[in-house]
Amino acid sequence: MTTDTLTPSSPPADNPVSGIDQSSGNFSYDVKYEFDAGSGLSERTVDYISAAKKEAAWIKEFRLKALQTFYAKPMPTHWATAELNEINFDKIRYYLASGQKPKRTWEEVPEDIKRTFERLGIPEQERKFLAGVEAQFDSEAAYSNIKEAVSKQGVIFVNSTEALREHPEIFRKWFGKVIPTGDNKFSALNSAVFSGGSFIYVPPGVKVSHPLQAYFRINAENFGQFERTLIIADEGSEVTYMEGCTAPKFSTSTLHSAVVELVALKGAKIQYITVQNWASNVFNLVTKRGLAHEEAEIKWIDCNIGSRLTMKYPGVVLKGRKARGEVISIALANDGQHQDTGAKMIHAADETTSNIVAKSISVGQGRSTYRGLVHIPRHLKGCKNNTECDALLINSNSRTDTYPAITVRGDANRVQHEASVSKVSEEQIFYMRQRGLTEGQAMSLSVNGFINDLARQFPMEYSVELKRLIDLEMEGSVG
Amino acid sequence: MSAATTTTPPPVLGGFTAAAFEAALASSAGAPAWWLERKRAAYERFASLPMPRRNEEPWRFSHLAGLSLDFAPATAPAGPAPTPAELPKFSPVASLEFSGNRLVRSQPLPPDLVRQGVVVTTLGEAARLHPQLLKAHFMAQPQKLGSEKFAALHTAFVEDGAFIYVPRGVALDQPIVVSHASTGGPVFPHTLVVAEENSRATVIDLFTSALPAGAEASPQFACGANDLYVGHGSDLTYVAVQDWSPTTLSFQLNSTVVRRDARVQSLNLHFGARQARHESLSQLQAPGAFSEMLALTVARATQEFDQRTLQLHQAPNTKSDLLYKNVLQDSARTIFSGLIIVDPDAQKTDAYQSNRNLVLSDSAEANSLPGLEIQANDVRCTHGATTSRIDPEQEFYLRSRGLRREEAQELLIFGFFEEALNRLKSEEIHATLRQLLESHLQK
Repeated sequence: MTTDTLTPSSPPADNPVSGIDQSSGNFSYDVKYEFDAGSGLSERTVDYISAAKKEAAWIKEFRLKALQTFYAKPMPTHWATAELNEINFDKIRYYLASGQKPKRTWEEVPEDIKRTFERLGIPEQERKFLAGVEAQFDSEAAYSNIKEAVSKQGVIFVNSTEALREHPEIFRKWFGKVIPTGDNKFSALNSAVFSGGSFIYVPPGVKVSHPLQAYFRINAENFGQFERTLIIADEGSEVTYMEGCTAPKFSTSTLHSAVVELVALKGAKIQYITVQNWASNVFNLVTKRGLAHEEAEIKWIDCNIGSRLTMKYPGVVLKGRKARGEVISIALANDGQHQDTGAKMIHAADETTSNIVAKSISVGQGRSTYRGLVHIPRHLKGCKNNTECDALLINSNSRTDTYPAITVRGDANRVQHEASVSKVSEEQIFYMRQRGLTEGQAMSLSVNGFINDLARQFPMEYSVELKRLIDLEMEGSVG
Repeated sequence: MSAATTTTPPPVLGGFTAAAFEAALASSAGAPAWWLERKRAAYERFASLPMPRRNEEPWRFSHLAGLSLDFAPATAPAGPAPTPAELPKFSPVASLEFSGNRLVRSQPLPPDLVRQGVVVTTLGEAARLHPQLLKAHFMAQPQKLGSEKFAALHTAFVEDGAFIYVPRGVALDQPIVVSHASTGGPVFPHTLVVAEENSRATVIDLFTSALPAGAEASPQFACGANDLYVGHGSDLTYVAVQDWSPTTLSFQLNSTVVRRDARVQSLNLHFGARQARHESLSQLQAPGAFSEMLALTVARATQEFDQRTLQLHQAPNTKSDLLYKNVLQDSARTIFSGLIIVDPDAQKTDAYQSNRNLVLSDSAEANSLPGLEIQANDVRCTHGATTSRIDPEQEFYLRSRGLRREEAQELLIFGFFEEALNRLKSEEIHATLRQLLESHLQK
């Protein structure tokens, strides 16, 4: 979906992307919360969340255990940036909800929230298009309408609270199994205070006809968002899930720490697409991992623009023979931003293959980092990995880092990694300027060209949005 | 691992106790005061630093349990020195042979080179005769790759080593060969090379074990370092062959400084040791500097080769090119961790880094950590890492031409190494190293 309105507000004359309302997604908005766990994190916070959600005892126990793990784990600053220490966990509000039950039809969506969508610039016609969208408004899913066709196929598409309450027999088996609570400090935090997110089950052999979408927003100062997503694709099924984020700019830091678990059973295919554009004060620390069984395929398409610090390394554990994992990653870091992204591929069965293609763009004093892990343990045969990372540096003070880690045991596997760093070709810019483009337009075009082969893998509306986002980010980066 | 655990603050000294240090100092009583002072400071630093710990990035994938300091520093050598193993043949212009940290034999420089001011001598002599040069260059560069503790240990206990000085404008056609033999106690080999403006030289460092009968199975310890300083417009080729005994724990900490329009080529061959840590820092300090870093490793049995490199581009228009190739057999492990850092004003940097692993056994393990940290935009930086077995198609082709499987494989392994060897300019060194590789692959 596109989030930009074509409002006729007069843009600056030299704006290469005139006609796009750049203030959209740049607002905050007074919301009255029925539930509010207050600032700071303690067992009481967890008790409060659990009570507000009327959860089963095992979930509360899971949360409390996770809280202890969170306390016990140190910040991973021995390898990650020391900026993490600037997160003040006592100032964050861990749970806010307006209390409404997830809605099934547009008419039931509260007027406030409709106004938010309006402000986001979703045109009237697109709201019908949004019929298949589950929109998360703060902690609770505010709007959820599964297309009739999808529910007829037997697909379950609900939020985390509802899933664990109504369908524990399906979801409990895999909940917290792909990403254990103790995986890292932030997955532990999420496990303690999670709310919202999507839980999806696709029955055997079902090819979901429409991409499932969810819309996330953060809408309160100092308010972290801890959504939890679990997608189970049963044998031979196929599903595509899309998430997109825009967030208002706040004056103090905000934390977003999600956990996304994917399970592709034998022969299933999951494609998970993210276009993320957090405000530049958000810490976006997300753990995403998929478990691919025999001949299953998991593909992450991940695009990170915005945020103050993003740390996100989507991974695939290739557990069954001939499983396949793929990560396509685009990151753009502007002034004051650090995109620390990458991928993890754990090969745990014979003949598993994985592919990682990562492209990053650093603008101004932005910093982009690729961190990768490829692991092929002993006694496996016929495993293959291909990794390519390309970095584009726009300004003379832009920065990029690459830190891959590759372990291969045995003589029957093949791994290759390649990375390059370059700047925008002066000849290209010269050629385009000679044809009448401004330097900014030429730069935008060149950067879009750099990621074009990856952007084409996004669904059309996402790649359009991506192109516009890049145009916006490139503005003012030259000259 | 010594008795103290890695999490407790008390110093981890192993056999290198304060008493052992004082005894070692006493044996170098004739050295100048500043030299002894440096050693004391280094010892204090060694004692204050912890052993490498789990979760430290510079030690990622390293077998930390294999690190130890439980070695008694050698006292006066008892009895006649065992005859060193036969060394590879080069035709040196001068040579120094160290055995158990002491000079046992040397081939002096021809008189005309002495007249031109070339110096090939021991560190002990240099401390007396060339204190300024030694002060300026001996262990003078930062330790950036994780082994600060072992670098301090080296400085504290180093007894002797090679000092090579090539004055401005002097070109040496034949190599200077330095050999270091371990004879049972810990060894601290050191080679320091200062190549002044527009000079040219080739230095070969050989590391071997000549253990007394009965000591072959006992754990050995080697902690070496080198300092290469390559002045404006000069050209230095450095070749090292590490062939310690299979029971040796080895550290080798190398530092290269490359000045304006200078070129340095280093090639390290790794064969020996039980666990060998090799750190190599190249600092490209002025425009036009070029550092070529090559390494070939034959890893077998349960050996671990842990190689860490840093290509530090500190000035614009500098170039570095790294190629590390490993052949892994049996249950061997290799770790290659390389980093290219381009400083913010080092525009027009051209940096390349490549790690190729050829895995010949199902239980061998290759780890690659090729890294980049780029802070300038007008650069050309690429790296690549591959791990694979012998290409079955290439093998098939050779077999279809009548070669046996073993012959075909041998040929392909040589081809794998040849890419690096071919970069050597000297035919003679190339031929000798090729022979050496051949003998190690056939073992």
